[in-house]
Amino acid sequence: MNPFQPIGRAVLALLAEIGRVALFLKDGLAQGLSPTYYIRQILEQMWRIGYNSLPVVGLTAFFTGGALALQIYLGSSRFNAEGLVASIVALGITRELGPVLAGLMVAGRVGASIAAELGTMRVTEQIDALVTLSTNPFKYLVGPRLIAAVVTLPILVAIGDTIGIMGGYIVGTRSLGFNSYAYIKNTADFLEVDDVTSGLIKAAVFGFIIAVMGCYHGFNSKGGAQGVGRATTNAVVSAAILILAANFALTNLLFSE
Amino acid sequence: MADGHIILQDLRKSFNSKHVLNGINLSVPKGHSLVVIGGSGTGKSVMLKCILGILHADSGSIQIGGEEITGLKGKARDEFLRRFGMLFQGGALFDSLPVWENVAFGLTHGRNVPRAKAKDIAIEKLSQVGLTAEVAKLYPAELSGGMQKRVGLARAIAADPEIIFFDEPTTGLDPIMADIINKLIVDCVKRLGATTISITHDMASARKIADDIAMIHKGEIIWQGPAKTIDYSDNPYVDQFIHGRGTGPIQMEVLKA
Repeated sequence: MNPFQPIGRAVLALLAEIGRVALFLKDGLAQGLSPTYYIRQILEQMWRIGYNSLPVVGLTAFFTGGALALQIYLGSSRFNAEGLVASIVALGITRELGPVLAGLMVAGRVGASIAAELGTMRVTEQIDALVTLSTNPFKYLVGPRLIAAVVTLPILVAIGDTIGIMGGYIVGTRSLGFNSYAYIKNTADFLEVDDVTSGLIKAAVFGFIIAVMGCYHGFNSKGGAQGVGRATTNAVVSAAILILAANFALTNLLFSE
Repeated sequence: MADGHIILQDLRKSFNSKHVLNGINLSVPKGHSLVVIGGSGTGKSVMLKCILGILHADSGSIQIGGEEITGLKGKARDEFLRRFGMLFQGGALFDSLPVWENVAFGLTHGRNVPRAKAKDIAIEKLSQVGLTAEVAKLYPAELSGGMQKRVGLARAIAADPEIIFFDEPTTGLDPIMADIINKLIVDCVKRLGATTISITHDMASARKIADDIAMIHKGEIIWQGPAKTIDYSDNPYVDQFIHGRGTGPIQMEVLKA
């Protein structure tokens, strides 16, 4: 057997999948985001994606902020630069860790839930039922999830940033002996608006990726319970990989001199 | 064939190399109830899905009320679908909505009927299928299989459609509940004066609800005639099917492990 055959087959399968996602995206944007809008669905999805993800995003940010403060303190103390802890925690959280960790946590929680819900609707003919009731499934199911994810992820990340910085502050002032006023002043002096907005832009992109992957895999699931399980796994894995790849590309784009 | 309300001519549909519909020709006069019988995998559901536009036929003609509908898109297709009601095999009720919202879905989403008025209509339709107003606020998961079929039927007739499709309406029900559902279908269809196509394996159901019966085999209509003449069809395929004989011209495809 030709050793290049499996590689070629995998590449072709990947390209075919990219093509299918692109076609789904075209329909999702053209049909899902065109008037009319299902306001109740959008608000419900905002509640599910945004509000219900607050505990997991908040806890992740808090512990990450605390751990970051400890690590930076230990590292910077080797060359007497402990004073940088507050500013580096703030930068690290707002630019990178806030959006990426929130994106990954929401991909696990929400991406899986979207794929499982739509996948079940597909295999139980609920999506076909929508069509027979003169309701475009892209408008009713995909559009609200896309809008809700793109709007709520930046809000989640903004809250997560605040909690993460607070985690660093608590560790810095309670365990590492920093003065409370100096810590806050260092954070405020060093942090710029661009640091925060770049993270929020990333969050919006990650929200889009999570919703698209969840909807795509759910919409195209087949084969009963096993198919729904496969769709759920694929939604989370593909969203997580795309988030990390998009993060690299966006960091390159937003922070290149 | 020219006076048919629903006319299919040479309808073909394949999935890759598998030819599911091999030139279906069928005509249903206005106000008539046609039952399509046939074994599993013979193309019954695919035929209904092609008429509804859930699947796109490869070739052939579908005329409803003299209008060719194969190329309909967007709003024209939504308008066309408003003339239809459909009862799905598994009910295909929306898990996330209470019973009354399921029944009223086509009214609130497809026709912009105010929610309060749509709820009144839903409760009225539920009473027509023998369900009380108490059931209206329950969720589909709280209902038995028979109740789910009734709710599905109430949803199918909610907007007083001129055409109704029934996909295996009695599958999975005990004989008594199946007979009740058959009677409800006959009553509802008579009240609305609708044209209907039902697909089933259940001969008791077919005899009860059909004016005409057609048999599909390997993607072709091999017999069509008045329901009361099916016992004298003189067609060996029909005879084998209606008597449920294991031997005869129909060879079941059984995959060997």
